[in-house]
Amino acid sequence: MAEYKGVLVCGELADGKLASITTELLGCGRKLADELKEGLLCLLASDKVGEASKEAIAFGADKVYAVEHPALKEYQADSYMQVAEKLVKDVSPRVILIGQTSVGRDLAPRLAFRLGTTVTTDCLNLSIDPATKLLVQTRPVYGGNAQAVFTGESMPQMVTVRTKAMSPLERNASRKGEVIPTKIDIDASKVRTKVLETVKEEAVGIKLEDAPVIVSGGRGLGGPQPFQTILKELADLLHGAVGASRPPADNGWVSEHLHIGLTGKIVAPDIYIAIAISGASQHTAGCSGSKHIIAINKDPEANIFREAQLGVVGKYEEVLPAFINKLKELLAV
Amino acid sequence: MAVNMIVCCKQVPDPEAPPAVFKVVNNKMTLPPEVKPVIGQYEEFALEAALKIKDTAGGKITALSLGNNFVRDVIKKSLAVGADELILLEDKAFEDGDSWSTANALAAAIKKVGTYDIVFCGRQSSDWDAGQVGLGIAEILGIPAVTLARKVEVSGGKAKVERVIPDGYQVIEVTLPAVIVVTSGIGALRYATLKGIMAAAKKQPVIWKPADIGLDPSRLGAAGRRSKLDKLFQPVKESKCEIVGGETVAEAGAKLAVRLREAKLL
Repeated sequence: MAEYKGVLVCGELADGKLASITTELLGCGRKLADELKEGLLCLLASDKVGEASKEAIAFGADKVYAVEHPALKEYQADSYMQVAEKLVKDVSPRVILIGQTSVGRDLAPRLAFRLGTTVTTDCLNLSIDPATKLLVQTRPVYGGNAQAVFTGESMPQMVTVRTKAMSPLERNASRKGEVIPTKIDIDASKVRTKVLETVKEEAVGIKLEDAPVIVSGGRGLGGPQPFQTILKELADLLHGAVGASRPPADNGWVSEHLHIGLTGKIVAPDIYIAIAISGASQHTAGCSGSKHIIAINKDPEANIFREAQLGVVGKYEEVLPAFINKLKELLAV
Repeated sequence: MAVNMIVCCKQVPDPEAPPAVFKVVNNKMTLPPEVKPVIGQYEEFALEAALKIKDTAGGKITALSLGNNFVRDVIKKSLAVGADELILLEDKAFEDGDSWSTANALAAAIKKVGTYDIVFCGRQSSDWDAGQVGLGIAEILGIPAVTLARKVEVSGGKAKVERVIPDGYQVIEVTLPAVIVVTSGIGALRYATLKGIMAAAKKQPVIWKPADIGLDPSRLGAAGRRSKLDKLFQPVKESKCEIVGGETVAEAGAKLAVRLREAKLL
């Protein structure tokens, strides 16, 4: 039986640079590798990996496997799977960390089933059991209404990790590590999907994930109009972005890209203003990392008040105009 | 071309129930009887995706579900909205599985069905939220899969799928048979018509036991798990929300602005 050793991060690049989730995975992976007294490995696969390999070392990796191939320019499951499967079989890691991202959600379960192991998705907390050396995996279940702790004995032990759940290490350019350019052939005949077109459709303005302030609306707004008028006015005033809970996105009141929650975007702004949002766990899963949550809701029993630090009980139609007017006055000083 | 479709549906406790009713007792999620079971939200979208194809291209929809003690009226909703057949893998042996044992049992059932162009699944179940079974089925059957689909068109042995990505979408062409994992953009599941409900009432689901799909009970449900559930818990959340009040709601709104300014938050 092969010996399984080390922690492998399956990294992602964004615009040619190391994606933030990858620095988070390296931060978390470093701790796990140190507890195991084993190495931290990182796979970076793209048409061009370049300087990102050195960045991965600066953020904690001991070894970086840089796989460059023209077919890896854009994520396609069947090409990426060939690379991931080959590398995992060659290096035989004990633990594999993947981001709970658009790519990770698509790749990790395929890879787990292909390797005959299991994956625990969307983990919030990971540690090593000192007695068994097994990876202890904590993730939310029931739409965030509970959390579950899992372990598995099939190797490698795979998890995906929620974005913004782990902290990256401080970047250290003098950290030592090894970049291993790795050639992996991709058999084009095994690629059964074809990307015909990639279309951007996100609204102009501040990206939701980067906005310091988010003004978010829920089912209680009753339709698309308040998002375009009063919520937008407040967001513009605070140099922030407009977001939404799931019902407005499902009902088509706003673009699905504004959906914040378990199956939407995970955000962590300085200020999150939740307007007419009841605060279902599946929504708060996407915003509970915010520094300050402010809730406006007519129902004093709404769950959002359990998450918020500040709140007003009242109809948004009455609260918001006065709130905005007073803010304008205060911000003008 | 008439399209043969299988839609995997799961019966789950209503995920829209208020958070306060979700209680973990002795490592199990325990819900009061007023929380009714439903077909999972994303499986409803998967059903709608299949129905849209049946509307335009024609074909047959087989709904497939795994569990035990199904509430017939709940799971037969698939028939009422337009599925042609319902197969239930219903047995105690199927209970308390993980993604591994569930995908293996569903894949074995799909092989037994035999004829299929598309297997539709929801992106994740509304209880365990793992998001793996669809991709697991594709791996086991050795067929391609496209995830996060919000639009699907079929022509000439291929499907064209709009796949949601963080800042837009991709149009992906996939050869059939394939697994297509559906997300919410596909549109809400249509209401059942009276005619549909009456037709569904007359149909009986096909029940398959472990032996019918040729799998040993040791590979199913709790016995077939590869991932061990060590603990289920609810983190204690202390509510410390400061409610800003006022003579009127508008006054409270203005005071909230002052309070934020005082706290130097804005």
